[in-house]
Amino acid sequence: MSKTIKGKIWKFKDNINTDVIIPGRYCHLTDLNELAKHCMEDDDPDFAKKVSSGDILLAGDNFGCGSSRELAPITLKAAGLSCVIAKSFARIFYRNSINIGFPIVECTQAYDDASVGDTFEIDFKSGTVTNTTKKKNYKIVPFPDFIEQIVKSGGLLKCKDLLSQ
Amino acid sequence: MNLVEKIFAKHAGKKSVVPGEIIMAECDVIMGNDLSTSLSIDIFRENGFKKVLYPDKLAIVMSHFVPAKDIMTAKLCQKVRDWVKQHKIKNYIEAGKGGIEHVVLPDEGFIKPCDLIVGGDSHSVTYGAFGAAGIGIGSTDLVFAWVTGKLWFKVPPVIKIIYKGKKARWVYAKDMILLALRELTSSGALYKGIEFDGEAVAGLDIAGRTTLANMTAELGAKCGIIKADQKTIDHLNKTRLKGTKFDMSSADSDAKYEKIVEFDLTKIEPQIAQPYSPDNVCDVSDLKRVKVNQVYIGSCTNGRVEDLRIAAQLLKGKKVHSDVRMIVTPASQNAYLSAINEGLVQIFIEAGAAVSTPTCGACLGGFMGIVGPKEVCVSTTNRNYPGRMGDREALVYLANPAVAAASAITGRITHPEEINVPVTV
Repeated sequence: MSKTIKGKIWKFKDNINTDVIIPGRYCHLTDLNELAKHCMEDDDPDFAKKVSSGDILLAGDNFGCGSSRELAPITLKAAGLSCVIAKSFARIFYRNSINIGFPIVECTQAYDDASVGDTFEIDFKSGTVTNTTKKKNYKIVPFPDFIEQIVKSGGLLKCKDLLSQ
Repeated sequence: MNLVEKIFAKHAGKKSVVPGEIIMAECDVIMGNDLSTSLSIDIFRENGFKKVLYPDKLAIVMSHFVPAKDIMTAKLCQKVRDWVKQHKIKNYIEAGKGGIEHVVLPDEGFIKPCDLIVGGDSHSVTYGAFGAAGIGIGSTDLVFAWVTGKLWFKVPPVIKIIYKGKKARWVYAKDMILLALRELTSSGALYKGIEFDGEAVAGLDIAGRTTLANMTAELGAKCGIIKADQKTIDHLNKTRLKGTKFDMSSADSDAKYEKIVEFDLTKIEPQIAQPYSPDNVCDVSDLKRVKVNQVYIGSCTNGRVEDLRIAAQLLKGKKVHSDVRMIVTPASQNAYLSAINEGLVQIFIEAGAAVSTPTCGACLGGFMGIVGPKEVCVSTTNRNYPGRMGDREALVYLANPAVAAASAITGRITHPEEINVPVTV
């Protein structure tokens, strides 16, 4: 994961579930470009056309609830999103994202002030999220050390220490 | 320790564990279905792995897109079959020989009390009905478990949910879990374990227990456990586990819980989850004017033969409303065969319902009962998010099998008490 991420935000509400992120009817697809076309389709049918590479998804509580499908973070990544910032994440989505090295950030305060199109900057080193449009700073909820180790390795299966434990 | 802590400690080789502690735990069963396994195979290969450490711990059940619905899913299933052969996975359950994993595995003797089961499917929490910790995981975690036999976990804080009181007629386990969703919401047990307790839980049959544990996924829970008792042993003794000495551990009397929630079932009527969330729950009598286009009975939540019996009891000698199509999908071959032998399939067919082969199919918006724009479906499944069972504007209501069957007869959302069904003792 790079040290900083900068991008324009898209805002979604609480309890965005994996069926919305990538509907079950597409879960047999393997082509990343095809999956990307259907990202968030059942919430916003035009999302895949509107989203640009490097954009950030900002969401409320319990992002990624529902199905265990790992295609959810895979599809968000394939659609060009650089990171998801949420007030909280559903547990399987959280693990899946960490496992494939897709950046996720838990931040409880950034949501309420933000408007669609604001530019956000995430500094992983200092643990801050900045809404550069609104000129506001927020603290990231830090990963526990154990998870930080997986993140630094670039994913669960690249974490040699764990595989040999 | 509570029961969740005991199970984690046992599998981490520790005397005790505390919430928040990160452990590496041995898995007893590593479950995957066609969908999660297919992605895991790609990940396994991409990462250069060659060998599954304990092939006999794997259980692979073809459930989501079987019988294959098109060429794409046929290829997906082919990939799984080839890999299973290559790695000599003996616990492979093909279409026609099983059904939905969460019904098949406990009925075939794969699940024991106090086991730790990881599954590439969120409804793996269902194994909690047998006193096991069933934990849903994604495909990378599944590969980690394939190659190491283990997986890391953060020991969760545990909520104890107690159900008291005698349920009224037409109130079932589905209503108990919908009631919990109504009160605790979709994030009510996020990152947490659940232990169920109380006379109303002990009184549930095995089918009811699986329904209760199954939808703890919708509460966000890591696992949802009902401690094993004589009913559990009797069920498992009907499988290949006959004669096994089971670990019947239960929570210590001084076990710690993050909170204890109590529900009195005495005055509860059937519950129903309105679109577009399983926690958007109200009483069924609040919705009498809602017209119905489709009724679906099936899934890992309510597709056991016990559920089909409830539906058949209402449909016997009656007809499905002319504006409704009703689909009955038994969750397993065993449930299907019992439904044939007991005359339930005949009741469904004579009533004008379509009866299909076991599959997860329509529940996840795959096939065999997809719902169109603005159509209303009363379903015994577990999720009603936008697009879950078809079009993003389809309106899915989650209910127990009696409410579903009653609604199929009248063509609108209906309390089963409206249908004249004699009380049987």
